Amino acid sequence: MDNVTLIAFASICTAGFATSIGCMMPALSEGRSVATALTALAQQPDASATITRTLFVGLAMIESTAIYCFVVSMILIFANPFWNHIIAQGAGK
Amino acid sequence: MHLSPDQVVFWQHGFFKLNATIVFTWGLMLLLAAGSWLITRRLSMGLERSHWQNLLEIVVGGIEKQIEDVGLQNPAEYIGFLGTLFLFVAMASICTIIPGYSPPTGSLSTTTALALCVFVAVPLFGIEDQGLSGYLKSYTKPTIMMLPFNIIGELSRTLALAVRLFGNMMSGAMIIAILLTITPFIFPIFMTALGLLTGMVQAYIFSILAAVYIAAATRTRKPQPAEKTA
Repeated sequence: MDNVTLIAFASICTAGFATSIGCMMPALSEGRSVATALTALAQQPDASATITRTLFVGLAMIESTAIYCFVVSMILIFANPFWNHIIAQGAGK
Repeated sequence: MHLSPDQVVFWQHGFFKLNATIVFTWGLMLLLAAGSWLITRRLSMGLERSHWQNLLEIVVGGIEKQIEDVGLQNPAEYIGFLGTLFLFVAMASICTIIPGYSPPTGSLSTTTALALCVFVAVPLFGIEDQGLSGYLKSYTKPTIMMLPFNIIGELSRTLALAVRLFGNMMSGAMIIAILLTITPFIFPIFMTALGLLTGMVQAYIFSILAAVYIAAATRTRKPQPAEKTA
């Protein structure tokens, strides 16, 4: 395998793994937090405003980890610095 | 397919570029400023009021109530900053129903600028509230050992604010673009509707997080009025 193939292979595989694992774990934890919030809402409907606001802020915090993984895989696929470097090197020869 | 609206260049002269991010940001600013000016030109105090005044009162009242719920007791002091953040991010995502428009918040430059505004505003509000030494002392709480962690936390949450908004907006546009090549007929419409919902939630979260950070920077003075009344 030459450098270009190797980089393409590694980037695509890493992007796929980053998004899949990075979606699985936040999805599990978001499900847990929503379930807990629903239990709390059922027990104390009066505190719904506070619970909902805290839930949203917490969900945003959890979701940002998934977003990091997504951004990393997007960079690997569409704006890969290593790929660009190798291509520029090849063009320079 | 463009990763961000930065890559759409309308006009270029040497170093200066007029890309979609700048154009749409200024368009949104004009829309918000001109709209508010037109509505607040003829305010009525009586029972009879225009539809638009009603809408604006609901929006401003809602934002004020949310700020107060977070724990900032004097919402009028902060609504200029937090309300502007919310309205800008919300309008940026609502306007995606206009064809040919791409949200300026889908560019990392815009979201970094917004996050830097929060990064600067939090210490300013904190110093205004507690004084310089009081605010700086809040970095060494609970112990002096926590000083580096507090500083790292300050930086990393700014990064998180910027990347979260950028990632959500960019992923919405990206998913619609990918779906248009796979199933171009109906399905992208649903994703656009979902994108509108995500945009509103992100606008809410961005301003609520900014409010929470400001509330944390100004928190030490809060127990005093409670003690006075008690």
